[in-house]
Amino acid sequence: MSTFVLLTITGLGLGAMYFLVASGLSLIYGLMGVLNFAHGALITVGAYAAWWFGEQIGGGYGTRLLVGGALGMVAGAIVAALIELVFIRPLYRRPIEQVLVTVGLALAIGALVQGIWGHDPKPILLPDWMFDTTTILGANVPNDRFVEIGIAAAVLVGLVAFLRYTRFGLVIRAGVENRGMVTALGIDVRRAFTIVFALGGALAALAGVLSGVYFSSIDPARGTSLLIFAFIVVVIGGFGSIGGTAVAAVAVGLIQQYANYWASAGTGDLAVVLLLAAVLLVRPGGLAPKVAH
Amino acid sequence: MTTALAVRDLHVHLGQSHVLQGISFDVPTGGVTALLGRNGVGKTTTLRALMGLVPRSRGEVSLGGADVTRLPTHTVVRRGVGYVPEDRDVFAGLTVEENLRLAERDADPRYELVYDLFPELRQRAAQRAGTLSGGQQQMVAIARALLNENQVLLVDEPTKGLAPLLVTEVAAALGRAAELTTVLLVEQNLPVVQRLARDVVVLDAGQVVHAGPAAELLADPDHVRRLLGVHGGAH
Repeated sequence: MSTFVLLTITGLGLGAMYFLVASGLSLIYGLMGVLNFAHGALITVGAYAAWWFGEQIGGGYGTRLLVGGALGMVAGAIVAALIELVFIRPLYRRPIEQVLVTVGLALAIGALVQGIWGHDPKPILLPDWMFDTTTILGANVPNDRFVEIGIAAAVLVGLVAFLRYTRFGLVIRAGVENRGMVTALGIDVRRAFTIVFALGGALAALAGVLSGVYFSSIDPARGTSLLIFAFIVVVIGGFGSIGGTAVAAVAVGLIQQYANYWASAGTGDLAVVLLLAAVLLVRPGGLAPKVAH
Repeated sequence: MTTALAVRDLHVHLGQSHVLQGISFDVPTGGVTALLGRNGVGKTTTLRALMGLVPRSRGEVSLGGADVTRLPTHTVVRRGVGYVPEDRDVFAGLTVEENLRLAERDADPRYELVYDLFPELRQRAAQRAGTLSGGQQQMVAIARALLNENQVLLVDEPTKGLAPLLVTEVAAALGRAAELTTVLLVEQNLPVVQRLARDVVVLDAGQVVHAGPAAELLADPDHVRRLLGVHGGAH
């Protein structure tokens, strides 16, 4: 029982990171039709910016993590907005070129980070209480897992409230369904594009920060590995659906953990791909296609 | 009589197809001008081109005398153009109330007017638009356009696929709208055209082949048959 509890909470922690990355990807594709392969680079930007700012600020590990993490999110949002304004906006209606540009940006940003800080992982120093464990049904669960899950849950609630109760959320939900008709109501949907990109960048950066907490280190390849699973989550959840993305992220995180433990190490990734195939066969549009709720 | 909307030498290419081949026409201020023609002659493309929803290869569009040819769609709309698309295009995942709220542009949106025209929408405000019938969705689409004051309302086949009773209701709403603003109406239903339109513009193969008073055209069944390929007229 204790093993099951530990695996479940660890899987939820992993799912929390997938959700943070995938929610931005999902909204960006749902609203704009852009497959943003540079999204993984924003994870890396967030993680390294948080680490760098934390080093400059100094002080206790908790302060470094909190302030550095906030500034990392700001950095992710700014870089994402710049990507949209400079590289994506001139290429609307040209999806092939968009994909090539975002792939190129992913490689370039990854290389830049590696060039500045090297390819070795950087350790992330955390407050002691995060290394401590809490006993639940006999399982000693590291406290940082609760932080990751709690933050992702708060982001989910915040995103849903933003989409449901704000004018801007209304524009995004409508734009996911029919971008042209939103424009035909007199709304400048390009502003929504930039804001959704920035929002996605901030969430990806947050995932980068939390990945540093989860793995106790950051490295330049982290974004790419998380992005692959985030894409799978988005496809399973349905492009443009925040609820679907949350359910899919939890499912992928749990299945990975269970398969790695009860089948054999490494089969987690295979199990996720099998889940993806099964969902595509039964519901090709994903669990909740094309509605930003 | 002043001109609400003027179109000059408008060309549109969609892929390899030269859909609009230099059409020119005026929409006089006030009342309904019907844009007629057989299926596939470019009526819907004309409205979409006026909105800037399809790229225009050449030509000019002016609204109340001001050139709007190069303006993006949302700016054209903000200059006072309302649009009711052919397929209604209501946002299925949003409620009726959210569909209307999204369309608000003016400081004082005309909810009194739209709920007076379509009382059913008030009762169904909390219902998702995707669960409405075709007729109710058409009401939402028209209500969205009427919520704001417009110089011109572009309405694309509003009675398409509706039951006869709903056709009457929609035609009555458009008649009321025409008292408030200029309407350019694409419509296949000739009795509706006969009831509403003061002027007609007829397209064929991407060109304007007739323009003039509606009563004049509809009084001549042979002419109607020749231009539109249907039996009709003021019998």
